[in-house]
Amino acid sequence: MVGAKRIDGLLAYGIIYLIFIYAPVLLIVLFSFNNGIYVAFPLKDFTFKWYSDMVHNTGLTKAVGVSLRIAGIVAVVSTVLGVLGAKAVTRYAMPGKAMVTFLIMLPLVIPAIVFGISLLTLIAKVFGIQPGTWSIVCGHVLICVPFSMAVMISRLQGFDKNLEEASLDLGETGWRTFWRVTVPLAMPGIVASFLLCFTTSFDEYQIAAFLSGNDATLPVYIYSQLRFPNRLPGTLALGSCILAISFVIVTFAEWMRRRGTNPDKGLGI
Amino acid sequence: MVSVAEKTLVQPTGGLRRRFMTLLYRSEGVRGYALLLPTLLVMIAMLVVPLGTLALQSFWTQIYFKLDHSFTLNNYLQIFDFKQNPIYLVLLFRSIIMSLMVTFFVVITAYPMAYFLAFKVQRHKLVWLILITVPFWTSYLLRVFAWKIILGFQGVINSGLISLGLIDQPLEFLLYNQTSVVITLTHAWAAFAILPIYVSLEKIDRSLLEAATDLGDTPRERFWRVTFPLSMPGVVAAGLLVFIPTVGDYVTPNVVGGTSGIMIGNIIQSLFGKANNAPLGSAVSIVMMAAITLLVCAFLMLIGRRRWKHAET
Amino acid sequence: MAADESFIAIRNLSKHFGSVKAVDDISFNIRRGEFFSLLGPSGCGKTTLLRILAGFEIPTKGDVLIDGQDMTTVPPHLRPTNMVFQSYAIFPHLDVKQNIAYGLRKTGISKEETERTVNEALEMIKLPGYGNRRADQLSGGQRQRIALARALVCKPKVLLLDEPLGALDKKLREEMQLELRQLQRSVGITFVFVTHDQEEALTMSDRIAVMSRGKVLQIETSSRLYEAPNCREVADFIGTMNFIDGSVAGSENGYAVIDAGPLGSLRAPNAERPFERNRRVTLAVRPEKLRIETAPPGDGTNSVAGKLGAQSYLGDRSHFYVEVPGMTKRIAVASQNATRNLDITDSGDRPVWVSWPVESGVLLPGE
Repeated sequence: MVGAKRIDGLLAYGIIYLIFIYAPVLLIVLFSFNNGIYVAFPLKDFTFKWYSDMVHNTGLTKAVGVSLRIAGIVAVVSTVLGVLGAKAVTRYAMPGKAMVTFLIMLPLVIPAIVFGISLLTLIAKVFGIQPGTWSIVCGHVLICVPFSMAVMISRLQGFDKNLEEASLDLGETGWRTFWRVTVPLAMPGIVASFLLCFTTSFDEYQIAAFLSGNDATLPVYIYSQLRFPNRLPGTLALGSCILAISFVIVTFAEWMRRRGTNPDKGLGI
Repeated sequence: MVSVAEKTLVQPTGGLRRRFMTLLYRSEGVRGYALLLPTLLVMIAMLVVPLGTLALQSFWTQIYFKLDHSFTLNNYLQIFDFKQNPIYLVLLFRSIIMSLMVTFFVVITAYPMAYFLAFKVQRHKLVWLILITVPFWTSYLLRVFAWKIILGFQGVINSGLISLGLIDQPLEFLLYNQTSVVITLTHAWAAFAILPIYVSLEKIDRSLLEAATDLGDTPRERFWRVTFPLSMPGVVAAGLLVFIPTVGDYVTPNVVGGTSGIMIGNIIQSLFGKANNAPLGSAVSIVMMAAITLLVCAFLMLIGRRRWKHAET
Repeated sequence: MAADESFIAIRNLSKHFGSVKAVDDISFNIRRGEFFSLLGPSGCGKTTLLRILAGFEIPTKGDVLIDGQDMTTVPPHLRPTNMVFQSYAIFPHLDVKQNIAYGLRKTGISKEETERTVNEALEMIKLPGYGNRRADQLSGGQRQRIALARALVCKPKVLLLDEPLGALDKKLREEMQLELRQLQRSVGITFVFVTHDQEEALTMSDRIAVMSRGKVLQIETSSRLYEAPNCREVADFIGTMNFIDGSVAGSENGYAVIDAGPLGSLRAPNAERPFERNRRVTLAVRPEKLRIETAPPGDGTNSVAGKLGAQSYLGDRSHFYVEVPGMTKRIAVASQNATRNLDITDSGDRPVWVSWPVESGVLLPGE
C-alpha cells in the first residue's frame, strides 16, 4: 500500500530529525563524563570529577546566584504582564488592538543584539548608570513578555468567556471574578508561562552579554570559560546540568499548557 | 460580606469617582487599555525609548571617551562609503545571504517534520510535541557551543574519523567558515520553524483534504493543490521568525565562525566594545534593521500581490 | 416599587456595534412575574438586548429600569438579575455544590445555611446527590439544570435565559420546556427568555416579543401572535402563512372586500386596524384554515381556483401545494388526515379549489 510506505518514510524522517536536534546537545552530556581534557574520540574513562569540581568554584556559584535571581524576577514580572495583557487582548474590544499587539509581539522578530545595545545606550549613556542585574532584567522582560502573552492568550481563548460573565452575573466584582474564575482556570498557563520565562531568562546570553556589567550571569560566565581549553570539561559538566534542569522544567511547563487543549492558536509558541 | 470597594460602587459618592467608574464601565476600550497599560508602558519604556535613543545616538560622534552630541550624518556616510569602508555593506549583504540560507534550510527541513506531527502522529502526540518544543526553550549558547565541539580541529567528527582510521589529518574546513555558521544556525533555530508550520497544518479542515481526494486528486496533487497553499501562513511566519533574528546574530559567528565567518552582528558588538564607537555601532544597527524591514516588507508585499492576483482570476 | 405592569421598562434603547445597529430604538415593558420571550432569527438583536438587561453590554442610547430603578449603568454584579447562559458556563474548576453556592458568598449567609440552600436547590432540580460531581461528569441536561439552580439561589428579581434549551436534543428539550414553565410558575420570578425556536416560544411564554433587525415587530400572547400577526414579517416568521396581495375595494357586511387582481374578489375581517379604501393590503391565511376541494365551493367563503402541484404526506396530516394563476408562490394547504377530503394517491395536474371562512383571514399592510 502506498499510504503505509509514506507513513514509514515520514516516521523515519521524524526520528532522524529528532536525532539531528538532540544529538549535538547530548554530545555535551556525553563528554562531560569523559575523563580527559580534550573533547575527542576515543572516549576515556567514565568520571564524575568535572561535576564535583563545580561545587568549589566561587565564580560559578556567584553566577548561578545572579542568574537565579534575575530569572525569578523576570518570570514573575513577565507572567504578570502577560496575564494582564492577554486578558485585555482576548476579552475586550479595543480600538487599535492589532497595533498594540504588534508592538508587544515585536521583540520576537528583532535581533537580540539590538535590545542589548539599545538598553545599554539608554542605561549607561543616557542615565549614566552602571549596568547590572536590573538592566538584564529589563532586557529579559522584553523578550519574555511576548512568550508569556502567547501562552496566556491561547490559554484564555481556551475557555468560555461566559464563565467570567457568569461570575459577574452571580454578583462578584471584576477583581473577585479574576481571582475566583480567571486565575484558577488559567493556572496551567500561568505556571507554564512562569517556567518558560524563567528558563528563557536563565539561558539567555546575547542580551546579558551587553548588560551584565559586574554581575555575570551563568551563560555569560560559561562564555568567558570557553576561552580556556583546560576548563572545557568543567564547562561541559556545567552545561549538562543546565540542559538537564532546563529539560525537566520545560517539559513540565509544556506538558502543563498543552495537555487537554486544542492545538494552539497564533504562532504556537 | 460586602467589601468596601463594592459598597462605594453600590452607592456612588458622586463626583469624579462616579464619573470615572462610569467611564470605566461604559467603555470596553477604556477597560481594556487600563488592563493593558502596565504591559504597554513596560514595552514602551524598554523597547521604544531605548530604540529611539539608539537612533539618536547614531547621529552623534564618539571622540575618545566623550560623546559629541551635535547632529551629524557622518556615521551613515561612513557606512555607505563603499570605496573607503566596504566592510559594513559587504558584511550586511553577507549576513543577509547567510540568514536566507539558514531560513531556507530550516523551513525545508522543518516542513516534513511539521507535516508528520500534524497528520501522521496519532498516539503520543503530546510527547512528540514536547520533544520538538523543548530545544526551543533551552540554552541557545549551549546549542551553538555543541557544534564547536563537533566540528572543531580536535572535535568529535575529526577525532571520530581518525580513530576509525578514515583520515590521518584532521579536516580543517569543518570549522571557522560560513558553512559552519550556517549549519549551526540551522540547527539552533530549527525548533522555531516547526511550531508555526505545525499549527497552520493542524488548522486545515480535514474534510477539505477528503474533498480534494473525492474530486480525483492523487495524494501528491492534493498536497500541492490544497495542503501546501493552506499552510503558507505558517511557512511565512516560520521564515520571518528565523530570518529576522539570525541576521543580527553574533554569538554563533563568534563561537564557530572564525574570521571568515563573521557577520554584521560582530561588527556592532565590537563597535560597542573594543572599538569603542557606539554612535557608529548604532548607525550600523539602524541600517541593519532598515534593511531587514525593507526586505520583509517587499517580501510580504510580493506575497500579498500574488494572493490578490489569485483572487482576481 | 414600580407598577407591576412596567416591572422592566425599556426606554428608547439602542446598541450600535460600529455601524451595525444590533438594537434599534426599542421601547416596551415587561410585567412582574411574567414569562416573557424574545423571539427572532439569529442576528436580530435578541441576545444583545438580553445582555443589556444583564449588564454585559452598555446601551448606546436609552435606559433600562428594573423595578423602578435605573439600571442603565449599573454593572452586572450589582444587578438584581441572573442569567442562564447558552453554554451554561458551569465553572469547570468547581464541583456542582460549589457552582450552585457561587453567588451565595456575597449574601453573607452561614456555612450551614449555604449547605442547606444548595441541597434544596439540588432537590428542586431533581439532582440530589450530585453535589460532588465535577462539570465534566455531567450531561447537557444536568448542566442546564445546575445553571438554572445556580442563578435561582441568588433570588434574582429577573431571570434571563439565553437559548438555554438550544443544546439539548428534541425529546429532552420538550421535557425541559414543561419543567421550566412549571418552575417559573412556582417561584414567581420574572423570566426573560431568548429563543429562535418559535414553537418553544409559543408553548412557554405569557407574552412574546418578535424581533427583527434590531426592532421589536410585535409583542403579544402566543395565540394572538399566531392568529393575529400585525405585519407580514411576523406572520411569516411564526408558522407557515399564505399571502395574497391586493387592495381594499370597499366593505360589505362589516368585512373588507379585497380586489386580489387575477384571483378575483376576496373578503376579510377589517375591524382591528381598519384599512381605508384603495390601501394596498396583504391577505394572510394559515394553511390549516384552508380546505381543498375538487368542486367549486358554495357562497359565503373565499375561494381560489388552481391546480394541485406537489403534496407531501406527514402521517397525521398532509400538505398540498396549489398552483394558482397570478400568484408567484403556491398556496400551502395543511389538511388533517382524519378528515381529509381528497384522495391523495392519484394527483397530477387536476383542478382544485381552495376555500376558507372569511373570519380566518388576516389583513396586513401591503408592500
